[in-house]
Amino acid sequence: MKKAHPPGIRGVAVLADTGGKRTANQGKTVRIIVPVKQVPETSNVKMDPVTGTMIRDGVEPIVNPLDLYAIEAAVQLREKYGGEVIALSMGPAKARLALKEAIAMGCDDGILLSHKAFAGADTWATSYVLAQAILQMGNFDLILCGERATDGDTGQVGPGIAAWLDIPFTTYISAIREVNSETLRIERMVETGYEILDIQRPCLLTVVKEINFPRLPTLDGKLRARDCDLKILGPEEINARPEYLGLKGSPTRVVKISTPQVARRGKIVAPKDERELESAVDGLMDFLKQKEIL
Amino acid sequence: MEYRDVWILAEHEQGELKLVSFELLKRGRALADKRDCQLVAVLLGRDFQDGELQRLFRYGADKVIVAKDPVFEHFLPEPYCSALRFLVRKHQPEILIASATTTGRTVAPAVAVQCHTGLTADCTELDIEESTGNLIQTRPSIGGNILATIKTPDRRPQMATVRPHSNKPLAPDEKKTGEILYEEIPGEFLQSRIRRVEFRLNSEEGGNIQDAEIIVAGGKGFKKDENFKMLHKLAALLSGTVGATRDAVDLGWAGYPQQIGLSGKTVSPKFYLAAGISGSVQHLAGIKTAENIAAINNDPDAQIFQVADYGIAADIFEVLPILNEKLNAYRQTQARPEEK
Repeated sequence: MKKAHPPGIRGVAVLADTGGKRTANQGKTVRIIVPVKQVPETSNVKMDPVTGTMIRDGVEPIVNPLDLYAIEAAVQLREKYGGEVIALSMGPAKARLALKEAIAMGCDDGILLSHKAFAGADTWATSYVLAQAILQMGNFDLILCGERATDGDTGQVGPGIAAWLDIPFTTYISAIREVNSETLRIERMVETGYEILDIQRPCLLTVVKEINFPRLPTLDGKLRARDCDLKILGPEEINARPEYLGLKGSPTRVVKISTPQVARRGKIVAPKDERELESAVDGLMDFLKQKEIL
Repeated sequence: MEYRDVWILAEHEQGELKLVSFELLKRGRALADKRDCQLVAVLLGRDFQDGELQRLFRYGADKVIVAKDPVFEHFLPEPYCSALRFLVRKHQPEILIASATTTGRTVAPAVAVQCHTGLTADCTELDIEESTGNLIQTRPSIGGNILATIKTPDRRPQMATVRPHSNKPLAPDEKKTGEILYEEIPGEFLQSRIRRVEFRLNSEEGGNIQDAEIIVAGGKGFKKDENFKMLHKLAALLSGTVGATRDAVDLGWAGYPQQIGLSGKTVSPKFYLAAGISGSVQHLAGIKTAENIAAINNDPDAQIFQVADYGIAADIFEVLPILNEKLNAYRQTQARPEEK
């Protein structure tokens, strides 16, 4: 059965017309969904100087490092209040390794959204698929996302999911202070300081590094991850609209990839003795004056 | 109705316009001139002084759309997104750009989903494609290793966030003025399921690193916490702010708000000093738009020298004391010019 997409309360096409009253999993326990992304290990990225493309040989896929903070925050909440943490990922078949790592860190279960129709999605189409999957997952209290993925570096999928679901959301959360029956008290890190906010449940938050120190996978967790059967879902299982999927459904198009000119023709000095050291620093002073920094 | 005009989402603090608003006006002005259309600044807030609104014209806007309501006093995602969506639906801009600040990066993705349109994050270049009139958006990706050029060919408005401080505002035109349009936002667009309880101002010295004109940053090369404190002295002498690499933050020498790089902040100061920083790909991604970069590192092959305008391949513990001394001496000559 295809889900209809009625306009939401404020005249916007959202996935479900919940009237803003999507029921939280009321009571003490919390049911948390953590969307995660598998990314290349960008700290070791090497670019081919001739073609300007990434050399993918030997690049390990890892869980987006900033998602680890969302996983940790979710697991901590479950440890404190009870409940369940489910990791969710859209990606190729090998992205199940990312979900297994999430389970090894303490998530209870993982769902992989994998199908060729999903391939090439931009943030709009990605957030659609994740939101559509979440709709099929029953009531939840909280969706916790990393601030952004370290490969695409957009930070757009989290707010996008919340917009599709028409649930309250906010970003750059550095602390979850209290979980109350209807609201959460949270801290949001902005340019000039920290906002203290109360947000209604269920909601979506993206978290920053400052929120915690992610734990390493435990042996017990690794065994659980090894033995668990991940659910793999495609467009039909989540009642997705085919025209919203993948590259075809994406509003944006990457039209060109180029290598940035990073090298500057800078002056580098290597002083060998004290006198040269002195003149090297004089050179820096001259540079500062010339550039009107002093 | 056809999609027309270039919009920028102006940002303010308690009615006072932020620098990023003027940076966006410069970007928007270039696009509006190429499209031969109006540049419109959109402003949501509790109240604004007319003098402040006039500044938007002087820095490039042809028209200002203002929505005033107490709910807009501080940034709250829902009413900001709803009101912007309402205005977009009503006026149908062809292009909508916001700054890639915590506000812009929160509002824009939700509005893009709701308006079923494309959004490109954290652009460093925007242009108009002559043959089609499409917005050409360029942004660094994969840790700054590539530049991706992106289009939104069929949906409108074309949306982008722009990296803060990646350009300077136009010189103001004191005579320029324009039309101010006050818009009433219907009540159902003003609801918020988030309530602001309080605000804690950053107490860190030097304040917000993304606004800093001068940054002196340190990495693992400092070896220990006490040594890292040398940087604070240097920062004071240069009237700058202290930044740090991920390693230095992980070791507890600096706080996360000071972290520069892919997993921290992206900065574009006038001057960036990298001391004891080897220059990992992630760190370099955060400083690529800095105007001037100087580096001090004892490894002459360190990556950081590839992006430096001036580099000293020597031990920071030898260089920094001399630099401190020379800066100190220079400051004293500057403080008492009459005693020459």
